[in-house]
Amino acid sequence: MGANSYLPIVVLLLGAIGFAVAPLALAWIWAKKFSPAKPGPDKNAIYECGLEAKGDAWVPFKPGYYLYAIIFLVFDVEVVFLLPFATEFTKFSAGDCLAMLVFLFLLVAGLAWAWQKNVLTWT
Amino acid sequence: MDEALKTELSKQGIFTTSLQELYNWGRRSSLWPLNFGLACCAIEMIATTMARYDLARFGAEVFRPSPRQADLMIVAGTITKKMAPQVVRLYNQMPEPKYVISMGACAISGGPFKQGYNVLKGIDRYIPVDIYIPGCPPRPEALIDGFMALQRKIDAQQLTGETRPRHLNAAEPSEFIVPKFGAHDLEPSQNPDTWHPPLVNITLAENDESGIA
Repeated sequence: MGANSYLPIVVLLLGAIGFAVAPLALAWIWAKKFSPAKPGPDKNAIYECGLEAKGDAWVPFKPGYYLYAIIFLVFDVEVVFLLPFATEFTKFSAGDCLAMLVFLFLLVAGLAWAWQKNVLTWT
Repeated sequence: MDEALKTELSKQGIFTTSLQELYNWGRRSSLWPLNFGLACCAIEMIATTMARYDLARFGAEVFRPSPRQADLMIVAGTITKKMAPQVVRLYNQMPEPKYVISMGACAISGGPFKQGYNVLKGIDRYIPVDIYIPGCPPRPEALIDGFMALQRKIDAQQLTGETRPRHLNAAEPSEFIVPKFGAHDLEPSQNPDTWHPPLVNITLAENDESGIA
């Protein structure tokens, strides 16, 4: 045993690499010998639909959807947590109540912010 | 290699070939058409690929949606002047070697719309066409026949020498002029390097030398 036990794996590995590289190498040699490269502005174009690409792909666009995400979070999460709060309301200790109020305050702050940004008005 | 010797060897069970034959065999047996149709001929083209006519028997069932992976353009249908620049650009984007089958009367000459203001009078005005298939539309058998004709054409191509095909010749261009919309027509209205209309000997009253009506 020892290092020799890995010899078959090395042989297989070399065979696998050869299998992958040989066709590519043959194609490359063939292209060198017979087939001249013919690049051009159309052929090298990125877009391949027959239409010409216009402008730059790096254009800024308005991420207006985040407002909807915030409003959704405010109302949805509020409802989800208000129901258990309501059922357990009489058993709250002072600490629990404070935690609940802080949580509600955070959500209401988000609502106030959205209101102040005129998100709630239908346009 | 001597043909007689080759036949003799093949009788003894020895198969001989040349690089050129192998190359041409490989290319003609795996022509991948570009997946696009322009009008009703495309319906016949689709039928050709389906089970009844089965273009896959000839190694051409892989219709590629990208010109980068295709090497055969089947111009199937009416080329409007609005579509012509896109067709030429797609052809330009295909890698060499590339072939064009002009399928149907419209792609050959404009067909029934030849006198119209908005139809290109044949795609061979802009790109070199290898095979013309007449018909309106040609039946799938006709497309298969045209396809086999293209295979025979590829089989006969030489790797070297003066008669070698375009893609093996560095001096020949691989990109062709993409027409633009002018005030009245596409500009240029044809590619003079590509379009060689057969001159018909008609005596014209106004001594028009072009012979093109």
